[in-house]
Amino acid sequence: MLKAKYDVVVIGAGPAGLAAAIEAKKTGAQDVLVVERAQELGGILQQCIHNGFGLQIFKRDMPGPAYAQHFIDELAGLHIDTLLDAMVLNVTSERHVHATSRGSGFVELDGRALVLSMGCRERTRAQIALPGTRPAGVYTAGTAQRFVNIEGFMPGKRFVILGSGDIGMIMARRLVFEGAKVERVLEIMPFLTGLTRNYVQCLMDFDIPLQLNHTVKRILGNNRVEAIESVQIDKQRQPIAGTEEIIPCDTLLLSVGLIPENELSRKAGVSLDPVTGGPFVDERMQTSVPGIFAAGNVVHVYDLVDWVTEAGLLCGRNAAQYAIRERKLHGRRVGIKAGNNVRYIVPHVLDKESLAESAQRLQMRVTMPIEEPVLIEVMNGEERVARKTELYVRPGEMVNIDIPQSAYDAVQRASELSVRVVRR
Amino acid sequence: MTQEHRKFICITCPRGCALDATVEGKAVVKIEGSSCKRGMDYVKGELTDPRRMVTTTVRVKGGVHPLAPVYTKTPIPKPRIFDLLAEIRKIELKAPVRFGDVVIENALGTGVDVLASRNIPAKSEAS
Repeated sequence: MLKAKYDVVVIGAGPAGLAAAIEAKKTGAQDVLVVERAQELGGILQQCIHNGFGLQIFKRDMPGPAYAQHFIDELAGLHIDTLLDAMVLNVTSERHVHATSRGSGFVELDGRALVLSMGCRERTRAQIALPGTRPAGVYTAGTAQRFVNIEGFMPGKRFVILGSGDIGMIMARRLVFEGAKVERVLEIMPFLTGLTRNYVQCLMDFDIPLQLNHTVKRILGNNRVEAIESVQIDKQRQPIAGTEEIIPCDTLLLSVGLIPENELSRKAGVSLDPVTGGPFVDERMQTSVPGIFAAGNVVHVYDLVDWVTEAGLLCGRNAAQYAIRERKLHGRRVGIKAGNNVRYIVPHVLDKESLAESAQRLQMRVTMPIEEPVLIEVMNGEERVARKTELYVRPGEMVNIDIPQSAYDAVQRASELSVRVVRR
Repeated sequence: MTQEHRKFICITCPRGCALDATVEGKAVVKIEGSSCKRGMDYVKGELTDPRRMVTTTVRVKGGVHPLAPVYTKTPIPKPRIFDLLAEIRKIELKAPVRFGDVVIENALGTGVDVLASRNIPAKSEAS
């Protein structure tokens, strides 16, 4: 039986939402509700049957569903309410939630705090404006993943994959396991966009060719994909005439990026960062609307689920504290800007007093790869607040840097912090 | 025996260190570029007995989904991956399936068990 008012309402039961709900309850929130669109908990992890999850948090190499199962089991032991098969229709800035579900019909309820953890969705053919006919056989990689791993059917026999993101590479191997031929992986950028280890264990291990600086020029076929025409592109991302190649195939998979899913955030009046596509958040994962928090791929697209879980835990803890103690901001805050070779940085704003409690972690993605040692520097004008070295940086791999508690004084003086990545 | 330089990308963790290895036959003389000691183990393994974790699905009868995801408890020899997949394809489980259920014991005599990655409740069973 649903209650009319909860301490914390969590929207979305993927890794971020599960962690947030669990931690909110453990922090002292009495009534916690998780609302989930699917018929089961776990989110996208349920179709990510490959391993590689949990190495950071559990120090074990787990498949996605096993990672999800750990949190589903923990949640079940904590008396947290769940509303499955439910679509949240609206969220207001006063944290009033409208939802509809097959089991409960139309429901309205309130949260003293709200956690947005709706995750992200895939870019589609329309968003990358792929020319050609519109036959059957063009899927996003994640849709194909659901077909193959959960629903039990193959979307084709002979594949070309556009995009070297992790899902695309992982699906290339998965399709080979199920007897398909993967002709080619094409990547428009001059570098791999997913993790290097996936290039090794998904493509190299099975002799699947990867072509960088290549894209799909057009799709051929009327009822069904019959081939794609690939083309090499130059530094301005313009097709190079004469490099076209017809690659016969019956299916094209798109692994061309993920977009945080923020329709509900917008309805709640939450301000969004045009670069990440997700809410502006502070170090507690609170959005621009007091009492509304956000965590996981809804904020920015992560490379590892372990970091999503950590963000969920942080978010859940702070949402619970807000709900039960109406914890207020200290008010003295400092913005954090992306500097040289930093595409974006999260959190966007830091409470200056937060450093009195603990070091504060910043997460970022770089714009361009640098395959040599680099310095990551947090600056207040010309004054260096924190630094770290990395052996290399790549856009596909998130970079973290901690502002240590010893930087407390320097941060108090700052009117704005910026982060830059420079060659050593 | 002559020494040669070989490049590897360690797949032990998501960091994916680029390793420069000096090898003599199947022995590793030294490696550079590794962020931790597992890099050495990885190169040794690649030279003598390359192994991979295998994850796939197995058919389930009467479950909320027609498939259950499964994984090898530890990595199996790389040349045996497709034999193992063929073996797994012959199996059909009956719901409910529980996380950690042994789907194949000592698969292909490798000493490695194949386990279920999650619960698959029976269709009538409330999940």
